[in-house]
Amino acid sequence: MTAALPVLAGALFAAGTYLVLQRPLTRVLLGLALMGHGANLLLLAAGGRAGAPPLIGPDGAPVGAADPLPQALMLTAIVITFAVLAFLAVLAYRSYVLTGSDDVEDDVEDRRVARERLEDAA
Amino acid sequence: MNVAILLPIAVPLVAAGLSMTVLGRLVPQRVIAVAASVTTLAASIGLLAGVSDAGPHAVVVGDWPAPIGISLVADRLSAVLLVIAEVMLAGVLLFAIGRRGDERSMRFFHPVYHVLAAGVALSFLTGDLFTLFVGFEVMLMASYVLLTHRADAKRVRAATTYVVVGLVASAFFLVAIAFTYSAAGTVNLAELAARVDALPGAIRSMLALLTLVVFGIKAAVFPLFFWLPDSYPTATAPVTAIFAGLLTKVGVYALLRSRTLLFPEDGPSTPLLVVAGATMIVGVLGAIAQDDVKRILSFHIVSQIGYKVMGIALYTAAGIAGTVIFLVHQIAIKTILLLVGGLIEDTAGTGSLRRIGGLARSRPLLAVLFIPTALSLAGLPPFSGFVAKLALVEAGIDAGSWAIVAVSLVASLLTLVSMAKIWAGAFWGEPEGPPIEGVPRRVPRLMVVTTAALVVVSLGIAAAAGPLFDYAADTAEDLLDPAVYPAAVFEEGSR
Repeated sequence: MTAALPVLAGALFAAGTYLVLQRPLTRVLLGLALMGHGANLLLLAAGGRAGAPPLIGPDGAPVGAADPLPQALMLTAIVITFAVLAFLAVLAYRSYVLTGSDDVEDDVEDRRVARERLEDAA
Repeated sequence: MNVAILLPIAVPLVAAGLSMTVLGRLVPQRVIAVAASVTTLAASIGLLAGVSDAGPHAVVVGDWPAPIGISLVADRLSAVLLVIAEVMLAGVLLFAIGRRGDERSMRFFHPVYHVLAAGVALSFLTGDLFTLFVGFEVMLMASYVLLTHRADAKRVRAATTYVVVGLVASAFFLVAIAFTYSAAGTVNLAELAARVDALPGAIRSMLALLTLVVFGIKAAVFPLFFWLPDSYPTATAPVTAIFAGLLTKVGVYALLRSRTLLFPEDGPSTPLLVVAGATMIVGVLGAIAQDDVKRILSFHIVSQIGYKVMGIALYTAAGIAGTVIFLVHQIAIKTILLLVGGLIEDTAGTGSLRRIGGLARSRPLLAVLFIPTALSLAGLPPFSGFVAKLALVEAGIDAGSWAIVAVSLVASLLTLVSMAKIWAGAFWGEPEGPPIEGVPRRVPRLMVVTTAALVVVSLGIAAAAGPLFDYAADTAEDLLDPAVYPAAVFEEGSR
């Protein structure tokens, strides 16, 4: 098991976190994609050492086969992440069409409550 | 018998497919929806009856031996939650059919609603950490679509927060699964239960904390609740109601399951008690600051989550039993209250309390539906909320955790204040500002009848308090006994 995969996953998470905290929705989207990749790499790393294809042939299972379960989990996770990201991309586009801007706006109701607080205090 | 475990997951998925083939034709879609609802409800009642007689049982999908195949497990906890969830899903379905507008404007309402039902059932029934992730995702994906279908700018903005938070939580969940697998070599809950104990303390704490954060985001506990009051109220009435009733409760279920099965403790957990208290107080204070009916009720969702976490944090048999009763009560009451909120909004043409008034005079029936539900939320006798809160407070006193008992009582009182605010704003007094044209509007009868029927169900929960108490006590005993759940899974696997 090399250190490369976990380190790479950590780097992806760091970059993803930075991007998610930005205001433009496209950056948030890219950040979430990076975080998803990081999580998937960790799943792969959880399988341990790379090995022979885990195929059971006529002479039984090969010696030193890779653990197939994390790969199956990872494959499912990739599909799910892909679908949700595609959905978010559509949502970001819709937000852009409706508001003419890529930025996530403040919540109107939150602003109203905050304003009232200020007025009450004055 | 065991086929009944598969039905609540498989039937809605098949129904979703069928419903897609008759897209845009309301009558066949409704027939499919009602038939699927009745079947899953009957199957889950069958499960409940079987489980309360014979104890938990499991199905291993594809007939693989237990730890290899994906196991679906129905125990006392999941069976009772499934039944009450299916009742609410059926009720909200009828409400949506009565409301008509949602079905017409949202072409994919019925198929997506079926998928939501399947995701909820899968989350309750799965005996596998990764399948729990899949169940969550199925449920969340359906909720994303329901929230954003034909959305305006305001709803798209709210949904953006919701989807982004959901995705971040999913990434953390995947990380938790990866760590769990590399530490313990399995994601099967029953097998994990035995192996987690043997892990080094630091790794065990790290896994416990990671799952706590993941499920905490889904359940909307303090300080991870901020996404909920922003996004829920913007959806249409039936959608908000079913979100409020089910989605956060699935998070609490996952929290309860992981705390009892994977990371059992010896006694009350102080950090979790602090989280519970803060959730109660922050949620209810948020509610008091709001003006919009659905926003007030959404903050109460957060506040009430605190009570369920309180029972889990106490970690006594009485506390866990209290949480189970509270979950059953909340799934019902929260759904109904948001349905009543929807009725108020539809009748008055707005959700803003300043602009509504005098509904007690013009729509007395609405007042009759609101009162028992609101008082139940606040925890007044003789309603189900009283039963649930009594169980939790007694558990708190038994455990000697006086601080959390005091906090929970203060939060109850503030809940009552907030309910009184809705009552005074919507049912008494006169509307402020320019009158809205055509109010009070007539709402379709089916919506009112459905809500009334669900109110009767919630009164039934209070009337059945004795049996529910016994059932919850048995459930808590099962949950705290580390042998019960794995035994059910492996017995099935060796068969």
